[in-house]
Amino acid sequence: MGRDTEVLVIGGGSTGCGVARDLARRGLAVTLVERGNLTHGTTGRMHGLLHSGGRYAVADRTSARECIAENRILREIAGHCVEETGGLFVDRGDAGGYFEEKLAGCRDAGIPTTVLSGREAREREPALAADVERAIAVPDAAIDPFRLCVANARDATAHGARIETWTEVVDVLREGEEVIGVEVRHESGPGSRVHGRSGSLERITAEYVVNATGPWAGQLAAMADLEVGVRPSKGAMAITNVREVDTVVNACRPKGDADILVPHETTAILGTTDVEVDDPDDYPEEGWEIDLLIEELSKLVPALADARIIRSFWGVRPLYEPPGRGTEDPTDVTRQFFLLDHADRDGVDGMATIVGGKLTTYRLMAERIADHVCAELGVDTSASTAEEPLPGSEEPAALEAEMDRFGLRSPVARRSRQRLGSRSREVLDVDDPNPVVCECEAVTRAELRDAIEDAGSDLNAVRIRTRASMGNCQGGFCARGMAAELHPRYDEPTVRAALDELLEERWRGQRHALWGMGLSQAALNYALGAATMNRDGDPAAADGSIEFDDFDAGQRRPDGGGRQ
Amino acid sequence: MAIEDDVLVVGGGLAGSIAALSAAERDLRVRLVSNEGSTLRSASGLIDLLGYTPDGEGPIVEPFEHLTDLPAGHPYERVGRRAVREALSVFDAVVGDAYAGAHTDANALVPTAGGSIKPTARYPASVAPGLASDPRDTLLVGFERLPGFDAPLAAASLEATGVPFRVRGVTVQFPSIECDDAAITRHARALDLDERVEGVPSRAALAERVRVELDGAARVGFPALLGVDHDEVVRRDLAERLGVAVFEIPGSPPSVPGIRLEERLRSALAHAGVRVTTGVRVVDYEGGRGDSRNAGRRIERVLVERSGRRVPYRADEYVLATGGLVGGGIDSSRAGVREPIFGCHVPHPEDRSEWFADDPFGDHPFARFGLAVDRSLRPLTADGDPEFANLRAVGAVLGGADFAAEKSGSGISIATGYVAGSHAGREAAA
Repeated sequence: MGRDTEVLVIGGGSTGCGVARDLARRGLAVTLVERGNLTHGTTGRMHGLLHSGGRYAVADRTSARECIAENRILREIAGHCVEETGGLFVDRGDAGGYFEEKLAGCRDAGIPTTVLSGREAREREPALAADVERAIAVPDAAIDPFRLCVANARDATAHGARIETWTEVVDVLREGEEVIGVEVRHESGPGSRVHGRSGSLERITAEYVVNATGPWAGQLAAMADLEVGVRPSKGAMAITNVREVDTVVNACRPKGDADILVPHETTAILGTTDVEVDDPDDYPEEGWEIDLLIEELSKLVPALADARIIRSFWGVRPLYEPPGRGTEDPTDVTRQFFLLDHADRDGVDGMATIVGGKLTTYRLMAERIADHVCAELGVDTSASTAEEPLPGSEEPAALEAEMDRFGLRSPVARRSRQRLGSRSREVLDVDDPNPVVCECEAVTRAELRDAIEDAGSDLNAVRIRTRASMGNCQGGFCARGMAAELHPRYDEPTVRAALDELLEERWRGQRHALWGMGLSQAALNYALGAATMNRDGDPAAADGSIEFDDFDAGQRRPDGGGRQ
Repeated sequence: MAIEDDVLVVGGGLAGSIAALSAAERDLRVRLVSNEGSTLRSASGLIDLLGYTPDGEGPIVEPFEHLTDLPAGHPYERVGRRAVREALSVFDAVVGDAYAGAHTDANALVPTAGGSIKPTARYPASVAPGLASDPRDTLLVGFERLPGFDAPLAAASLEATGVPFRVRGVTVQFPSIECDDAAITRHARALDLDERVEGVPSRAALAERVRVELDGAARVGFPALLGVDHDEVVRRDLAERLGVAVFEIPGSPPSVPGIRLEERLRSALAHAGVRVTTGVRVVDYEGGRGDSRNAGRRIERVLVERSGRRVPYRADEYVLATGGLVGGGIDSSRAGVREPIFGCHVPHPEDRSEWFADDPFGDHPFARFGLAVDRSLRPLTADGDPEFANLRAVGAVLGGADFAAEKSGSGISIATGYVAGSHAGREAAA
């Protein structure tokens, strides 16, 4: 038919990247478009839990079974994104019969469990409250959604996929009862993003279009005159500056807000709330949600009451339920995923929408979609994504010994290896000096430069690849150093715009956690930026020009030797 | 047995030091107690007086002309323009030749490590040859292992501000340091000591690496690390070897010019007979009751935590110079904002969502958090009465000004330190 690509995937979250990887590995020509960075939507705004399925074991057995199966697969194929923390469902004496229900549900779903006494639970996780009476241990884990997504995209690219970030779909093209592609706006033209480069429009035709836009699925479908009743639901999360726990801690109770705490690298993430919103791009971020997280979760882990919160953020879930169920409370809506084939459903060929689901099952969702797409296109292949490791997760054992060669001091080496996995050698084996640019997260120049190869001038894309600027200082000390790595490849105005954008993004997450040390750090960052650097008053960014002659030009020395 | 003094200053930064020196003008026992290391180590070492108006107009050429237009409650408004001028001359006398800028009332525009320029009233002698109104062509030099200052980028940014000279930037390797993560201060010490690498002293080696890059530049700017203790010698040595002027560009912490200023203030305090106790924290106070409007309410003694014990320190007059949100003089929690030692009232909105602006460099209410004071700098209660008859507050613990946006931090510290120290001295001597 002479289309530009076989499959066009819309959405660069875990699902979209997973679909792109799967189809590219099957040999199909794939183009993925994402309106922001990879992970810009829901994927980048979650609590980082790799579910064991225990959370759904009572109310949603299908989701529970899918979770435990995928949990096992991701530990194999994405080892460098997963941290084996284990998880606990803890009972402070208020769980009652629900504790046994949970246990039975886990057994039925095939989730391995161990019942612990309060004392045993505290031996495993010393931060737990003294009144925890018993707990169920499950194979929960922590997962880095950024690294996971980027690794999927990297593998897709290696198999011939085209991935375009900062590329927004402005129209879905229909010919009669068939979707034939999309029109997109590239913010700075095709390819890596470069600030200040002018944008362009492109028509991309495709034999099949996959709408993997999560909470935005309804808006996207509307461009094709289709209706998808996705129910966006916001959840608040907060990040502590230190790793308050080493184990995922869940409250053992039927449902509710503020019942999970996930260790994540040097931090821990508190979650979450569940409130339906009208528009996934515009919803209130409310301080009470953060207060609630701290108050509720400090009952399980008392140290949280005085913990330093470095950021808070909100994510929007792509909840969906088939027509006719009429569930009112969003916490009761199933976490299962649904593949909506618009040919079956609406009589419109060439497009499917994926809604619901969760990060833990992203690969399975991607496989189902890829199977569907292949069936539609008459391609006879099968998925390999459950067996083939992602880039970074090959040959895990050989790494340890290798790290000495890169001359990094040991905590830096360890953190670099955790992030880069089997890519460490390729990234860190450089001849030039390789200083640490981000001290909090131990990110070296070589790692930043590697990320810039991939991310263009987009420092937020560099950030999600490296964790630079995600620690205590939230970029106050390191953001300028990160920006400097863009120069001279990118010119001064580009670097300036990139830095402004990074600082804005960092500030957005700090604003709602401004008290105690967090406010002191914010005040210091502000003073460094404004008082020391004069970034707020920088004449280069202001209108008008300066009469330099009016200002002090220095004083001649009394010995007549000219200016000092 | 309490430690007894006439005037006790709590806090060892710029404001506290100037307050102690001003009180010590009289024949009094003056003591300064401070934590380890002040925020001077994080500050640029420049003495900003007023670079922008509270409305953001600027850069201001003549700061003194704007001091009378400030809103009520602004620390400069509290002390008045004349006191600011007197205070600045006290500072000038303390630092002597180590600082420049006193020859004019006009602000100087100083290049920053981020490649901007900022208005300031006094600047270290090491910074003087780099002023942006001086039209000499300029070379900026950065070091490969110090990511905090990227010279080629800073040069490009500086050019974008419209400076009246040509400016280029180069990156070289610092001679005697092989480690990837040596601190700025480690570099400064290497130059102080003129460490040898393969027989070549590091200053000569550095000059050699920079000389080939000069290409007609009449001055060379380095990140501010040209020696801590012997900075003048280091600069002169480099300038002679290069045959051009050499200057420093202030930047991120740890700030070598800040450390130099702190050392200079410490030696002035010693010279003035001020007793300095460092590494201790004032944690509480004991005081008598006043009447219903606090009149006559006095601090009797403060409690200092020292090796796990609380030791009373007693004085007639007290000066609070503990810094703002950054220095720890103002503390906050989800419940609100407070002054932790004396519990002085800190005006602030109850709703936390009103503490900040949405833009990272917006008009942040938190930047103005601090104590409200009367004209003799006594902290005020919510009702506007003095909290204590014998407590004055100075520097960043004061509210009412966004020193970062105005570029007024050091000036406020010096002016209020001078006024409060003089008042405390007068009261204690009476």
